[in-house]
Amino acid sequence: MPQLNQLMLVYQSQWFWLLLCLALIYFLIGRGMVPKIEKVVDDRNDKIAADLAAAEKARAAADEAEDRARAAEEDARSQAQSVTAEAKASAAKDTEALLAKVDAEIGDKVAAAEASLAEARAKALESLESVAAEAARDVVSKVSGVNVSVDQAASSVKAVLANG
Amino acid sequence: MAAEAGKIDPMHQFQISALGDGALDGTPFIFTNSALWMLIVLACAFLFMWGGMKRELIPGRWQAAAESFVEFVSGMTLSSIGSEGRKYTPWIFTIFIFIIFSNFMGMVPLAVFGPHPFTVTSQFTITGLMAIMSFSIVLIVGFWKHGLHFFSLFVPHGTPGVLLPLIVPIEMISFLVRPFSLALRLFVAMIAGHILLDVFGNFIVNGINSGTAMGYGVSLISFIFIVGVNALELLVCAIQAYVFALLSSLYINDAVHLH
Repeated sequence: MPQLNQLMLVYQSQWFWLLLCLALIYFLIGRGMVPKIEKVVDDRNDKIAADLAAAEKARAAADEAEDRARAAEEDARSQAQSVTAEAKASAAKDTEALLAKVDAEIGDKVAAAEASLAEARAKALESLESVAAEAARDVVSKVSGVNVSVDQAASSVKAVLANG
Repeated sequence: MAAEAGKIDPMHQFQISALGDGALDGTPFIFTNSALWMLIVLACAFLFMWGGMKRELIPGRWQAAAESFVEFVSGMTLSSIGSEGRKYTPWIFTIFIFIIFSNFMGMVPLAVFGPHPFTVTSQFTITGLMAIMSFSIVLIVGFWKHGLHFFSLFVPHGTPGVLLPLIVPIEMISFLVRPFSLALRLFVAMIAGHILLDVFGNFIVNGINSGTAMGYGVSLISFIFIVGVNALELLVCAIQAYVFALLSSLYINDAVHLH
């Protein structure tokens, strides 16, 4: 085994070069570069954690804003509904009032018409009476030759009409 | 790996030789193939980490790879040592990245083009020194933080007094064995896998060279086998680096918190 056979010849040189290499690695890499790389990694991890926290915060804010928007929308809708209902109610009231007014006017007109009708009818009846009395007088004079006065004829026609 | 006429020498790959015009003479500054590969490992580790230093918010592939290395090791120290683990991350990261790059560099199939890669972690001089360094950190931190109270590590909670003469030596031995197990585990895993790869790689070459039907059959079977072993070996490379780093951090945890 060369490791054993050469031991006395090489160990000093081996140790010298090994110590040289290890010292260079230890001071240049181990103490020089490794802490810097560790710092880079730590910084990156911190940044990732911070970014995640910020994203989480933003998400919470967005959620809150959405809730607020939804509440506002709900509010607006209920307000609109109440306005609509109010408008509907007032429109119904207006219509009712109008209808009542028109109804009353129509009633007045109908009453006036009825009154004039009744008047016309009374007038007609009256003239009918006088015509009937005239006719009755004529009939009496022609049949019996008795001249009946207008008043007598009228009163008897009235009596007959009242009985008839 | 020099299979002259079918002779297989799987240990040759672990041979250290001097580069340039020197010979191995037991002095510290001789530049060897092992030292060269340590420097290659160092350069690759440095390049890899340097490519991950872009510090962009959204990392590219390279930056993500380097960052996952760092996160993996710092997560390991934090979970095994706790909040004080941050102090030990540089050392754990150093051994982790050195071992994993050494292991993987030893697996690069450069031999196809000529030069053979050298697996630094297949030398117990290397794994041993790293284990001793981790163990020294355990001892220094332990005695620094707890003084002589550190020896209470050898007395598990709730041990009946009668059993103490038995338990304490066992605990002490298991504690003292740690650097050896740490060093040997990595060294043995690397050496065993590389011997296996070398032997079966030579089987393929020798089988084809023999030119017989049986030789081709052996080559084919060895090839299929070596594909699987290579995949396994890549897995072992990563696992051994992980185990070395994890056990080091667990041992440091013992020193920081006792039991």
